[in-house]
Amino acid sequence: MIRLPLLGRSVSSEGARSALYDGLVFCAIFAAFSVVLLIGRYWMAAPMPAAHISRSPGMLPLYSLYSLVRIAIAYVLSLVFAVGYGYLAAYNRRLQPFLIALLDILQSIPVLSFLPGVMLAMVSLFPGHQIGIELGAIVLIFTGQVWNMAFSFYSSLRSIPRELREASRIFGFSAWQRFFQLELPYGAIGLVWNSMVSVAGGWFFLMACEMFVLGNRDFRLPGLGSYLQTAASAGDTGAMLWGLTAMIGVIVLLDQAVWRPVIAWSDKFKFEQVESAHTSGSPMLDLLRRSRVLEVCQERVVAPLWELLGRHFAQRRGREDKHRPGPYGRIAAVLAGVLVLAVLAWGGEHAFRLLRGLGRADIGLTMRAAGVTFLRVAAALAIASLWTIPAGVAIGFHPRLARIAQPLSQIAASVPATALFPVLLLAIVNAGGGLGVGSILLMLLGTQWYILFNVIAGAIAIPSDLKEAASLFRFGTLDRWRTLILPGIFPYLVTGLVTASGGAWNASIVAEYFHFQGRILSTVGLGAVISSATDSGRFDTLLLATIVMAALVVGVNRLVWRPLYRLAETRYKLET
Amino acid sequence: MGETIIQARQVEKFYAQPNGNRIQVIAPTDLEIRSGEILAVLGPSGSGKSTLLRMLTGLAAPSAGEVLWHGRPVGAEPPNVSIVFQSFALFPWLTVLENVEAPLKARAVDPVARRKRAIRMLDAVGLDGFEAAYPKELSGGMKQRVGFARALVVEPEVLFMDEPFSALDVLTAENLRNELLELWQRQSMPTRAVFLVTHNIEEAVLLADRVVVLGKNPGRIRTDLQVPLPHPRDKKSEPFQNLVDYIYTVLTRPDEAPAKAPSGRPEAAAPAPRYPMLPHARPGGVAGLLEMLEDRGGRSDISKLAEDLGFAIDELLPIVDAAALLGFATVAEGDVEMTAAGREFAAADILSRKDLFRRAAFHNVALLRQITRALATKRDHSIPDEFFHDILDEHFSEEETVRQLETAITWGRFAELFDHDAKERRFYLPEEAAEVDRA
Repeated sequence: MIRLPLLGRSVSSEGARSALYDGLVFCAIFAAFSVVLLIGRYWMAAPMPAAHISRSPGMLPLYSLYSLVRIAIAYVLSLVFAVGYGYLAAYNRRLQPFLIALLDILQSIPVLSFLPGVMLAMVSLFPGHQIGIELGAIVLIFTGQVWNMAFSFYSSLRSIPRELREASRIFGFSAWQRFFQLELPYGAIGLVWNSMVSVAGGWFFLMACEMFVLGNRDFRLPGLGSYLQTAASAGDTGAMLWGLTAMIGVIVLLDQAVWRPVIAWSDKFKFEQVESAHTSGSPMLDLLRRSRVLEVCQERVVAPLWELLGRHFAQRRGREDKHRPGPYGRIAAVLAGVLVLAVLAWGGEHAFRLLRGLGRADIGLTMRAAGVTFLRVAAALAIASLWTIPAGVAIGFHPRLARIAQPLSQIAASVPATALFPVLLLAIVNAGGGLGVGSILLMLLGTQWYILFNVIAGAIAIPSDLKEAASLFRFGTLDRWRTLILPGIFPYLVTGLVTASGGAWNASIVAEYFHFQGRILSTVGLGAVISSATDSGRFDTLLLATIVMAALVVGVNRLVWRPLYRLAETRYKLET
Repeated sequence: MGETIIQARQVEKFYAQPNGNRIQVIAPTDLEIRSGEILAVLGPSGSGKSTLLRMLTGLAAPSAGEVLWHGRPVGAEPPNVSIVFQSFALFPWLTVLENVEAPLKARAVDPVARRKRAIRMLDAVGLDGFEAAYPKELSGGMKQRVGFARALVVEPEVLFMDEPFSALDVLTAENLRNELLELWQRQSMPTRAVFLVTHNIEEAVLLADRVVVLGKNPGRIRTDLQVPLPHPRDKKSEPFQNLVDYIYTVLTRPDEAPAKAPSGRPEAAAPAPRYPMLPHARPGGVAGLLEMLEDRGGRSDISKLAEDLGFAIDELLPIVDAAALLGFATVAEGDVEMTAAGREFAAADILSRKDLFRRAAFHNVALLRQITRALATKRDHSIPDEFFHDILDEHFSEEETVRQLETAITWGRFAELFDHDAKERRFYLPEEAAEVDRA
């Protein structure tokens, strides 16, 4: 008797809520549509000769939108490319060793040193349109974020269990069905986590791109990065605070509206035989799942279309089996190979001629600068380790501390270091310091988080029975660190240091040389050589410095990090 | 028996080594799958059971010979077969229903018919009501039911099963076996033949019309016998037990040609292996076996022992082989019996056991002797892995070579004949032995 009305109310409120969800989804669709219009109009407009960046906080929503669209487009490009690259590397036996080596090197090359080349190329490709500079920025972010995603997908493909693969073969899956029912789901979790890392890196590069000035040509793009730089240049503290707030807001919004739902959704792709106790939830995902409009869309439009495509490929597969592809495929492959080799040879020859023009003094200077930057990177890593290891272990060992510290440090880490550069520079200049030491601080800003998070993860992963054993045997502080904590976090620490050192090298390009308040701040270093060569259009020096930096990063990877990795995997792996 | 559906003619599998040698995994083999039969393939691990299954289904191409499907080579068109996998091989991100629909989707069956057939198949295996569940929500037995439904939904002419019950607990496996037999006998599935790979002898005798026993190194057919018992088969009956014992005897004497089967005829015999192979057992396992035998008066039926321990034959045989190789036991007529050396070992304390083990190992195991002697002759008493790796490489596959070395290291360490540094990847003599040698 009492239950009936209650039941009725709950049903009606359910209906009302569902309408609310539909309304929300409709709003989202309309908003997306007008954004596309807005961006299109802006891109097709004539380029602004010298971008005027307003310091009014009212412009911030628009600037944030511009930055977001750049990130989004670059990310979608990266995702498509990464999947294709991973696929090719995993399945084409002849190309595989080449593609994997290329991946390794491209991951280590400091992307920022390509900024000038890419910008000039894109602007000359689209003269008279803003789209040229925009594409330059997008291409650059793309090259910064695509490689780890490609590698993740490649290694997922390689580790698909044999029996699953055989099942898809024995049941005659078409390439289409295999991709969507086996390969993509299996790689999904790796792709999601690497996407998050990549997009965080993307913000770093985007901020640098938006502040880009080449000699007397101003390539600055309206966006959050240029806003922050303009504000800092003018010493406008209010605007700086507004800009930082907007930056953090955008990143938190992205986390809540995109990454959380995606992570919750990707839970079902976990390759586990037994359901785990912990599952991640997301209110945003619930909203999407409850929306009636999306459900109808899915049932009436997406599902039938999908079905049609799947059947098309299944039928085509039946026909294809009878006749195998002719020799044309092989001829095309050989031709493509020859073409690639020709382009490489031409490029190599060109580069060689450029380098031959360099004097010994130039080379000596570059080498000395490389040494200085090397020391600076080492110092940044050492300082970062000094505070992050104790802090990380403390956070990892004390769940209550972790609950407070982890979200805070995540927000701090999510602010791209390049966005803070102008702000920090202002402080350094005001304090009367130079870039020599200041650049270490700038490197530290971006890279310490990698170490911190990895150390926290490592400290959490140390089994509690080992900790209890250490207490039981009354280990002193020194013994505790030497026999339990350091070996326990070692593999994580190495991972963190590798990522941090790559980040520090990249940051050196921005940190050692900076246009600020109408003048140039710089110090001795490889990054400064790259930036100043860019500014003055000395492409021979730029090429040499880039090669030296890439060689240094690859060399350190091979000689220091890889042996440490191996040690971590064999000796210090905690197996459960 | 009915017509031949799949015929393997002189199929073999080998890997060519860079130095021109061949690692023979499966020797040239003839095998037929005929309609109306359940064919079980039994064999120790490393006898190429799974490789054979993959060649017959067209998943793997034989190195030589050919597989015919109704007289035509497979590969020209995909044969209408399905596989039930040991690990279930379900797609964890698809629901039970989607998993069963997937093979039909691949055959471009339209959605309505697809759903209907999948649901009917799920009903047949007793899974109605679980359509929307994800595999990870199901127990092992239920998962394998999904595996059966997925395999049967395409109405395969031959159903292949790769140790389908070995990942399940005893009761669940027994239950599923009976249900499979029921489906088969009621002829409620259009499948005309079943090919079952297993390492469980009772399972083979319970289900199969024909049992093929494989030997290893290289994999080959050792015997091929009919099981003339009517269904339902009584495991306790004498003819059933006789067949099980007979197969145990064949399996435990890998170097002898099988005797005549109690009811059936042996068809093939093959050459003895070339290089003595270390059975993959731990010294502790050997000691455990000997203690167990001592409790039973020094002699026991191997099948009885396996049953009492809850071991599969695959798990127990290497330990028995190891005891026999070391001279601690002898194997005859499906029985294992302790030798005088074995009794001494079982009665000894830990330190004397090491002594006895060292002597037995050095005396009986060629690989351990080779390693120890080689180390003694080197001035620094240390030799890299590679050296022995290369020697073994001539005789075994890459995978087996690594396992051989691992077992040799375990035995050598226990016997204190030599030690091994995993980081440097070198064998070396323990300090003591080296010093004695120098003096």
